[in-house]
Amino acid sequence: MNISLSITETIQDWLITMMPEGVASILAMTLVALIYLAIFAVAGLYLVLLERKVAAWFQLRIGPNRVGYWGLFQTMADALKLVSKELTGTVKADKFLYNLAPYFVIISSLMALAVFPFTQEFQAFDINIGIFFLIAISSIGVIGILLGGWSSNNKFALIGAMRSGVQTISYELSVGLSLLTMIVITGTLQLSEIVEVQKHGWLILQGHVPAIIAFMVYMIAGTAETNRAPFDMVEAESELGAGFHTEYSGMKFAYFFLAEFINMFIIAAIATTVFFGAWLSPFGITESLPWLGIFWFLGKTLLLVFLMMWFRWTFPRLRVDQLLTLEWKYLLPINLVNIVIMAIIVWLNLTIKF
Amino acid sequence: METTAVKSNFKSEEYFINMGPQHPATHGVLRLLLTIDGEIIKKVEPDLGYIHRSIEKMCERDSYQQIVHLTDRMDYLSSHINNEAVCLTVENALQLEIPDRVQVIRTILSELTRIASHCLWWGVMGMDVGALTTYFYGFRDREMINDIFEETCGARLTMNYNIPGGLMFDIHPNFVKRTKEFITHFKTKLPEYDTLLTGNIIFQKRTKGVGILSKEDAISFGASGPVGRASGYSCDVRKHHPYSAYDRVTFNEALKTEGDTFARYQVRIQEMWESMAIIEQLIDNIPEGEHKVATNAVIKLPKGEFYQKVETARGELGVYIISTGTKNPYRVKFRSPGFSNLSLLNHIAVGGKIGDLVASMATLDLVIPDIDR
Repeated sequence: MNISLSITETIQDWLITMMPEGVASILAMTLVALIYLAIFAVAGLYLVLLERKVAAWFQLRIGPNRVGYWGLFQTMADALKLVSKELTGTVKADKFLYNLAPYFVIISSLMALAVFPFTQEFQAFDINIGIFFLIAISSIGVIGILLGGWSSNNKFALIGAMRSGVQTISYELSVGLSLLTMIVITGTLQLSEIVEVQKHGWLILQGHVPAIIAFMVYMIAGTAETNRAPFDMVEAESELGAGFHTEYSGMKFAYFFLAEFINMFIIAAIATTVFFGAWLSPFGITESLPWLGIFWFLGKTLLLVFLMMWFRWTFPRLRVDQLLTLEWKYLLPINLVNIVIMAIIVWLNLTIKF
Repeated sequence: METTAVKSNFKSEEYFINMGPQHPATHGVLRLLLTIDGEIIKKVEPDLGYIHRSIEKMCERDSYQQIVHLTDRMDYLSSHINNEAVCLTVENALQLEIPDRVQVIRTILSELTRIASHCLWWGVMGMDVGALTTYFYGFRDREMINDIFEETCGARLTMNYNIPGGLMFDIHPNFVKRTKEFITHFKTKLPEYDTLLTGNIIFQKRTKGVGILSKEDAISFGASGPVGRASGYSCDVRKHHPYSAYDRVTFNEALKTEGDTFARYQVRIQEMWESMAIIEQLIDNIPEGEHKVATNAVIKLPKGEFYQKVETARGELGVYIISTGTKNPYRVKFRSPGFSNLSLLNHIAVGGKIGDLVASMATLDLVIPDIDR
């Protein structure tokens, strides 16, 4: 299947007409990286604003409404404030690791964004092991959290980091396995091809019952992997203060904060790509206008993001042992059985295709 | 609690951690010295005194009218009931005949205070187990009570409405109407509390079987209020030693026997319903009459010892005054509910996780200025 040319190649082709090939490809990569960085830094800020607005709607409040119309510049102002703040640290902290930790977290988040097919044309890096890449990259983030918690010489931060390690490693299994369940149908790890398969119906319809189970498991495990309530063991502000980022201030704190929101976007975006047909419109209503795909993609993703925010503002937090019980005693066995059921369904050709 | 202890050959080391004085779950400047093994709590030592203002000593300096104002600053969430406790002690010592009107109004206001306090507790309880939205629901309803108080006493937190001999001034003309409005409002909103938090499976898993306190322990630790009643210890002062107008209303003492965090939670929710029932019985027939009886400008208690206990939102508050016949007390001792309830924290938290400690501490409903005084 020869589907889309990714935007990196498009830009590269254009640059090659002007300069040697090696320089062109490096320049193209840098350009795309900068574009993505700019777009998603701003997108992350607006996700923070969305979260605050959603929280306000749940909590009988108005939310930010002073800076700019409808508070639209509130998070921008917050980011500016954070940039201008002093970077504090503890005296006996392991300075090198302490300073390194936020970058692990934010870089792993931003790297994962590269592979998403926002539209047929708009995809930076169409790697043939896309899903594998996503799972691998998103597990790097936990190293940053562990380093941050360990190196800041604070026991609360240490407890938070250890909880995070346990939690992320456990729930990665469920995230991976529920995605694998869907890979059984598509037979490919490449994201653009996964979308191509879904032209005959979104995977959540194609795979019907096991797909819906896989989706539910994925959303639970995904919420847990982003360390958000009801699985926010890592921060658990009523137990650990601010958890692993207690000792961080200014822009380093902002990196952790922004990474959390970008991670949430990534989890929702993976779900959109794998379960809900990425940029494909329902019933192909906008098939003639492929560029509208970006709206479908973002629309579906934001709907799932809203779902995760809904979790956060409704549910109490689990205890750390209950969290592990949920994963190892419930989600993982369900997942393993589910994957077998899915394999049988695909083998007997019982999937629904339009 | 599911005690699934895994035997391990790994050597683990206990370590020590400071929870507070600045910590979100300690609700003020309480410092807990925790000894922890991994996540499991081995020992909890409360360290008090960060907000000690020597209120008892200040009472020895002040006249009896002034003492009332100091008690606002103890358990600020049931300040009206604290005021009442001192006033009742002084009135009993002087053997004043308090008008019915005063007694009924005091009872209504006390129950409103109790609901307001429990609303705040419910919001904070939710926050402590990680459900942030409850806080705003609780405050929405508490706000209405605060408005009623603001109209009648002119204050929203430190009421100072009771004086020895009655009330500082008569109730506001809107008082009855607004209280009734609140009752109708709250009757529709209290079930929301259940749908948002009580029925939640995560919440029940977090609270059921956590921080169990047996009846014997409750009595020996001097637990009172909802903490004692959740363990099956019938200790409602309003029932056993009625004061003000509690002997002329019918209400049930909220009792549970499980003694765990969830039982303490349910007792408080139940108490809000009972408080509403008490207010409904009294609000329609507030007797006419004076709002206070005249006392001397300088109150001198007869020589002797006087004790009065009342049921605050947190439990039994005792006021013990020793008088030598002068205008100041010789010694004042407050038996505050928070102090004895805090003393059992180590007992119920050991063996649990940090999350359990926070959940059980939330249902003790600690107000630190009440403990430190």
